[in-house]
Amino acid sequence: MATSLAAVTLGNPVLTASGCAAAGRELAPFLDPAHLGAVVTKSVMLRPRSGRATPRMAETPSGMLNSIGLQGPGIDAFLAHDLPWLAERGARAVVSIAGGSVGEFAEVAQRLVGAPGLALLEVNISCPNVASRGQVFACDPMAAADVVRAVKAVTTVPVFAKLSPDVTDIVAIARSCVDAGADGLSLINTLLGTVIDTDTLRPVLTGITGGLSGPAIRPVAVRCVWQVHAALPGVPILGMGGILTGLDALQFVLAGASAVSVGTAVFHDPSAPTRVLAELRAALAARGFPQLTDAIGLAHREPHR
Amino acid sequence: MTAAQVSAPVVSTEPVGAYQLITLDAPAIASGAEPGQFVAVAVGGPETAMLLRRCFALYTADSATGRIQIVVAEHGPGTGWLVQVRPGSELDLVGPLGRPFTLPDTPGAAVLVAGGYGSAPMFDLARRLRAAGSAVQMVVGAGSAERLFGVDEARVVADSVVVTTDDGSVGVRGLVTDMLPGLLGSPGVSTVYACGPMAMLRAVAGLATSYDLPCQVAVEESMACGIGVCMTCVLPVVGADGRTRMVRSCVEGPVFEADRVRWKDVGTLPGDVVGADAMDLR
Repeated sequence: MATSLAAVTLGNPVLTASGCAAAGRELAPFLDPAHLGAVVTKSVMLRPRSGRATPRMAETPSGMLNSIGLQGPGIDAFLAHDLPWLAERGARAVVSIAGGSVGEFAEVAQRLVGAPGLALLEVNISCPNVASRGQVFACDPMAAADVVRAVKAVTTVPVFAKLSPDVTDIVAIARSCVDAGADGLSLINTLLGTVIDTDTLRPVLTGITGGLSGPAIRPVAVRCVWQVHAALPGVPILGMGGILTGLDALQFVLAGASAVSVGTAVFHDPSAPTRVLAELRAALAARGFPQLTDAIGLAHREPHR
Repeated sequence: MTAAQVSAPVVSTEPVGAYQLITLDAPAIASGAEPGQFVAVAVGGPETAMLLRRCFALYTADSATGRIQIVVAEHGPGTGWLVQVRPGSELDLVGPLGRPFTLPDTPGAAVLVAGGYGSAPMFDLARRLRAAGSAVQMVVGAGSAERLFGVDEARVVADSVVVTTDDGSVGVRGLVTDMLPGLLGSPGVSTVYACGPMAMLRAVAGLATSYDLPCQVAVEESMACGIGVCMTCVLPVVGADGRTRMVRSCVEGPVFEADRVRWKDVGTLPGDVVGADAMDLR
């Protein structure tokens, strides 16, 4: 079930999702990271970050809100401890990078040049831009493009921009990122949500808002993949958003994704990525697809009569 | 030992006071599990809309029979589903998870403090302590009689037991911590263990420190995954290097040295936590 994301060929199309698998090590009791298409690591920034105060999580119908605040060890510790662990096990790494400024994105990307096992960079532009009073890069076509351009200027691996669905026109943002040199797009990041505790009469999360993930957002994600693939059919898409099963993954592929990330499902079922892969393989075979690539974007075509 | 994900048949389920005691056939988890470790249980069945696992301390884990037991307090739709599960059905479990209690290097006298169903992991701990030559005193408390768990068993596994209830329906009226000044000051007491609500743990930790006693606590932070990937169950803990980090209670806990936890800062982000300076926009 080989597939490719821009210049990168993957043995199969099922990856973890950023922020849902740490850097892979914690999932080792439940799956072999080398058997996945790739491990997408939690967004790494230049410096260590504590993340926010708790509560950081609220369960919602078929989903959850999280407001972690990009807790992480910083790029130095990531390069020293996390990436080598994946490389030693023969796992491919898609490294998600984040920053509070265009310069920080570029610096993190620069530090990753030549890192072992690095297949691809996923640029998490759904984080606040310090220079625009916290507006997230992903909501501004110009800011999003600035990040992509800066990262492309320093790295040699393909660069995927991870887009937020919380925008008026996701195709416009997608086009802006591709014009700036993005080799592909990751669709979608979480949607902003709020839950209020009716006993305390206050928001559950310390951060007030959190990112909504899980099956609740799947139709939104499939719609985004559909719209972007329709507008930019030559641009590879890594699809994610509420995938729990192989049939969920197949929806993304049919909408135009070349590969998928399994995220929140891991919290429910730590072996979900390998299960989804097996289910997707069976679903493709049952529908007579000789290979995955025959199914990518198929839903856009007129049915045979 | 490494955690396993298993589909575990429910052997029996029975109400015990305000709680439900569920016995499961889970040999892969029962073998090698230690007191203080927990299991993460999927709730709601195959088509569930509740994605997050519920975590429960192991009450018993018997490698000979392959059975484990958990104590469930119903306080929402997830635990509400769990207490209705019937024998013969199966639960999706991940475990054993987390760092267990550790026994003292040399035997002494241990005081075990438990609040509500937080007593669950304390009985196996008491047995192991006594097998290793320590004396065990237990203080078991709850809001009311039906919210106590395991008082009769405590009388079997401990050398002495004190029971408290907030309403005085059983034992001494008051909090478990009201009993501690007398106990912790007794000659020979060498270590303290505690499990229960965070406010209780904080109070026990403070008392243990004032008596200069080592104290281990098993914390109850809400978790989404239980395996260390979601980063939601963090609390500020001082490391061996003296610096405070937001650490995951599921993998670096749930058992912590009590004097390492910055109790008054739980639920906040103190400015001196490693990486707090990078939180430009909170």
